[in-house]
Amino acid sequence: MSDLSSSNRHPDFPTAAKVLLEDSQLRKNVKHATDVISGKRASVTGELPDWQQLRESGSRIREHVLRHLDTYLVQFEEALTRAGGKVHWAADADEANRIAIGLVQAHSADEVLKIKSMTSEEIGLNRALAEVGIRAYETDLAELILQLGKEKPSHIVVPALHKNRQQVREIFRREMGLEDLGHRPEDLTAAARSYLRERFLRVPVAISGANFLIAETGGVCIVESEGNGRMCLTLPKVLIAIAGIEKVIPRFQDLEVLLQTLPRSATGERMNPYNSVWTGVHPGDGPQEFHVILLDNGRSGILHDDEARQTLKCIRCAACQNACPVYRQTGGHAYGSVYAGPIGAILTPQLRPLREEASLPYASSLCGACYEVCPVKIDIPEVLIHLRGKVVREEQSTLAGKLGIWNLGMQMAAAVLEDGGRLHAAQRLGRLAQKPFVAKSGFIERLPFLLSGWTKTRDLAPLPEESFREWWAKRPVRKNGGGM
Amino acid sequence: MVGKTAGQEKRRRNVTAPSKPLDIGETRALILRKISGVNKAPVSPGDLAAEYDSIPRDYLRAGVLTLAERLEMMEHRLREYDASVYRSTSHALPEEIAKVLAGRGKSRMAIPAGFPAAWLPEGFSFVEADGLSAPQLDRLDGLLSACTVAIAATGTLVLQTAPAQGARKLSLVPDYHLCVVEAAQVVETVPEAFAVLAPANRLATTFISGPSATADIEMTRIKGVHGPRFLDVIMIVAGSSSAS
Amino acid sequence: MRVSLFITCYNDTLFPQTGKAVVRVLEKLGHQVEFLPAQTCCGQMHWNTGYLREAVPLIRHFVDLFRDVEAVCVPSSSCVAMIRDHYVKAARETGDQGFLAEVEALTPRVFEFSEFLVKKLGVEDVGATYPHRVTYHASCHSLRSLQLGDIPFRLLRQVRGIELVDLQGLDQCCGFGGTFAIKNADVSSAMLAEKAVSVLNTGAEVCTAVDNSCLMHLYGSLHRQRTFTRTAHLAEILASEAS
Repeated sequence: MSDLSSSNRHPDFPTAAKVLLEDSQLRKNVKHATDVISGKRASVTGELPDWQQLRESGSRIREHVLRHLDTYLVQFEEALTRAGGKVHWAADADEANRIAIGLVQAHSADEVLKIKSMTSEEIGLNRALAEVGIRAYETDLAELILQLGKEKPSHIVVPALHKNRQQVREIFRREMGLEDLGHRPEDLTAAARSYLRERFLRVPVAISGANFLIAETGGVCIVESEGNGRMCLTLPKVLIAIAGIEKVIPRFQDLEVLLQTLPRSATGERMNPYNSVWTGVHPGDGPQEFHVILLDNGRSGILHDDEARQTLKCIRCAACQNACPVYRQTGGHAYGSVYAGPIGAILTPQLRPLREEASLPYASSLCGACYEVCPVKIDIPEVLIHLRGKVVREEQSTLAGKLGIWNLGMQMAAAVLEDGGRLHAAQRLGRLAQKPFVAKSGFIERLPFLLSGWTKTRDLAPLPEESFREWWAKRPVRKNGGGM
Repeated sequence: MVGKTAGQEKRRRNVTAPSKPLDIGETRALILRKISGVNKAPVSPGDLAAEYDSIPRDYLRAGVLTLAERLEMMEHRLREYDASVYRSTSHALPEEIAKVLAGRGKSRMAIPAGFPAAWLPEGFSFVEADGLSAPQLDRLDGLLSACTVAIAATGTLVLQTAPAQGARKLSLVPDYHLCVVEAAQVVETVPEAFAVLAPANRLATTFISGPSATADIEMTRIKGVHGPRFLDVIMIVAGSSSAS
Repeated sequence: MRVSLFITCYNDTLFPQTGKAVVRVLEKLGHQVEFLPAQTCCGQMHWNTGYLREAVPLIRHFVDLFRDVEAVCVPSSSCVAMIRDHYVKAARETGDQGFLAEVEALTPRVFEFSEFLVKKLGVEDVGATYPHRVTYHASCHSLRSLQLGDIPFRLLRQVRGIELVDLQGLDQCCGFGGTFAIKNADVSSAMLAEKAVSVLNTGAEVCTAVDNSCLMHLYGSLHRQRTFTRTAHLAEILASEAS
C-alpha cells in the first residue's frame, strides 16, 4: 500500500494543522531550519548576476521535456540499454514495488541499502519490502533518524528538520544502544557514520531515487551531501533507481543549468558536496547490474492538463517549502503526504483523487513567495487557483455541494456584487444585521457559524455608519467636475 | 455462469481485478500512450532539435576572470569548505606532495592507474588501487589523484573514471583525498566545466565540492559523514607535464 | 487629469476613510476625481476561492464600466493584482474575443494608488504632515505581483514629521489571504501572531500598507490584544495635514 493509495486516509489540512500548531518544539524547529536555509539561499542566489536567466532556462528546459516526454523517455531507455542498464516501466506504486522486490529477490538478498528518495516514500517501498522479509537500511542521516524513530518525512530536502538534537539523540541512544552518546551534532553524526559504514561495505543491493535522467546519454544524476549516495551507487553489486517519469532532461549539457539552480535553492550552497553522474554499467567501477524503474503513478494524468502541467517541472529543491509562511507554522506533516508545502499542495491533489485532497489547494494564502523562489518558475499560486476551480466544480456537481454553506454564500455574494445598487442595499442591510454583534467596545468580538473562525482570535471593526458611496453621493457637485 | 465460457469468466475477473500485474511491455505501451499527444502536433526529430535549440540560454557561459583570479577564487572556495590548498610548480610537485602527506601523518596512499610516476615522492608507499576491494581501500591512509576539471565559482573538483583519477570508490572510501589540479584545468563557470566534460559525457563523473557534510541536525553543518572527511588540494601553477 | 476611482467593494463598505483620503490627495494635486456608482467588485474573492465562473460577470461589469476612462486609480494592490494577473486569462476562457480585447485595452490604464502617484503623476511629495512613528508592511500583492519596490517608501519619506521604523520580516505574509482567513483560521492566526509581534517590536504607533485587507487583519489582532498600535492605509497618511 503506497503512501498515495486512496485507502491511506488522513485528516484534512485545517484539522491536521490545528493539532500541529500545539507542538511548540516542532514550530520552533521548523522556523529555525527554514530561516537558515532561506537566508543562505537568498545569499547564494543574490550573488549571481544571471540568477533570473538561469531560472528562465531551467523553466524552459523542463517545459520542453514535458511537451515531449514520450520521445525523451524512449531516448533515455535506448541510451541506457545500450550502456548496459535495464529499464522497467511501472504504472503505479504497486507495480513499482513488485518490480523492485523481484529484482532484489533475484539475488536472494534480504537486505538493501537505501538512498533518500521521496519517490520511494511515495510508493511505500520500505513497507512493501518489509512485507516480504526484505530489510531496507536508510543511509541518509535524516532518513535514518526517521526510520529509527518510526516517523514520516516532513520536508523534501531536510526530511527530519522537525527534530532537534535532543530528539535525535534520544532516538539514536535507544535504537543504536548507545547509552553514553554525546549531545553535540558531531557526536550524533559520528554515531550514524559507524552504524552505517559496516553496512556500506557489506550489503550487495542498493535502491535509490534519481534527481535527473539524461535522455541523450542514458545517464543518471544523483545530487547529495553526505556521501551515503556515493556509497550506495558505487559499492554494491546491484543498483536499482526508481524515478518518476518527469525526471528526464534532454541532454547532459542541461545539467549546467540545473546543477547551478538546484543546490543554491535546496541547501543554499554554491554546490552541494557530491554529484554523481554515471551511464549504465561501467566495467571495473561500481555496480555491474543497474536498473531504472520508471514510475507513472498519476503523473501522466497531470501532463494533459495545460494549466497544471507545470507542476511536473519540479526538481525537488524544496525552496518553496522554506519560503512558505504556511509551512513555516505547521511543518510538513499537516499536508498528509511526503510532498508537503506549496509543491505538495498542488502535486498531492493531482496524484491522488482530488476529492480526497480537496483541502490541500486551500492550504495557502496565495502570497506568492513560492513562485518567487522556484528555480524552474512553477507558478504555484496559479495552479492552486486552477485546482480550487476543480474542487468547486466537483462540489457543485452534487446537490449537497450546491446547497453547502460556502457555495450558497458565494452565489449570494456574486449576485450582490454584480450590481452597484445591490451592493449599496447589502451595505445598509449589513449595518442593521451587525448591531447584535457589536460589543460595548464598539468592535465585533464574536461572529456566528462560519465566520466564528475570524473572531476566535481577532476583533473586527464594524461597518461604518456611512459607506464611501454614500459619502460621495452627498458631496456637493464640484466646479471642476467632481461628484456624480 | 450460464452462457459464459471459463475463459470469458476469467477475463471478466481480470477486468475487475485492477491489481493484476500487466506484462512489462503492456505497461510500457500503456504509459507511452498516456503521455503522448501533449504537444498536440507530431514532431520530427529535426523539429524537436530546433525547439530544443530555441530554449533561451542568457545565463553566463564564459567566465571573465584572469587565470590568477580564477586560481584565487578556487583557493578561496576550497578553504571555505575546510579543504587545505597548496600551490606548487610541477618541478617541485613531489616535494610538495611529500610535505602535505607528512603534515597529515599519511604513509600508505592509494593511487589510480596512470598517475604520473614522476609526481611521486620517495619515502611513502603508493598502492595502485583500482582493483582493490572496499575493505582493502578502507585500510589505506588516503587517495592521491588528479582530476578532469575544477570549477572556481563553486570550488568543485570533477573526477571521472579515467587514468590518474581512478574508479569512483577510490575517492570515496579512504578518509583522505589529496587532489592535484593543474592551473589549466581550472575554469571559472559551471557551463565552462560542462564544455570540458562534453566529449566524454558518458564516463562515470563525480563532482566533489568539499568534504561530505550534513545539515540534518538543527541545520548545523557537520563535516564528514560518509566519504572522505579530509580534502587537500595542490594547484600546479607553473611547469609543463600533464596527468593524462 | 480625470481620474476614475475604483474604491473596491471592501473599502467602500468597511474603509470609506481610505477612499476619502484618496480623493483629498488627488484633488489637492489638482486632478478631477470621478466615482462611477455602478461599480462593485473586481472579482478576486470568487476567483481566488475557485469560483471562477462566478467571477466572470463581476469582471465583465468592471470592464464595461471603466472601458472608456483615462485612468483608474485603486487603493488596493490585491485588486490591481487580480486585474493584471488574471483578467486576461478569465476573458480568454470565455472564448469571447471582444471581451478579451477590451480587457487587454483597459488593463494598462488601471493603477494602484501609490504607483499612480509616483509612476503616472511623477509625484513623491504630496504635502502631507503626519507626526507619528510609523512602520510599513509590504502586502504580498504589492510586493510580488505589482512589484512596487520602494514606491511606498519614497512617498512616506516626504511626509513631514513622520518617524519611519523598519519592520522586520516586512515581506512575510500577514496570513489574511481572503477566504484563507476563514478556511484555515488557525494557521492564519498563527501567521498573524508572528506579524503582530514584528509590528509591536517596532514600537510604532501606526502600521501602514497599501492594502486594507492586511491592515484589517492586523488590527484584528492588535485591537484584540488591546495594544495602542493602530493601522492606517497609506492614503490616509498622505492625506493628513498639520492641524
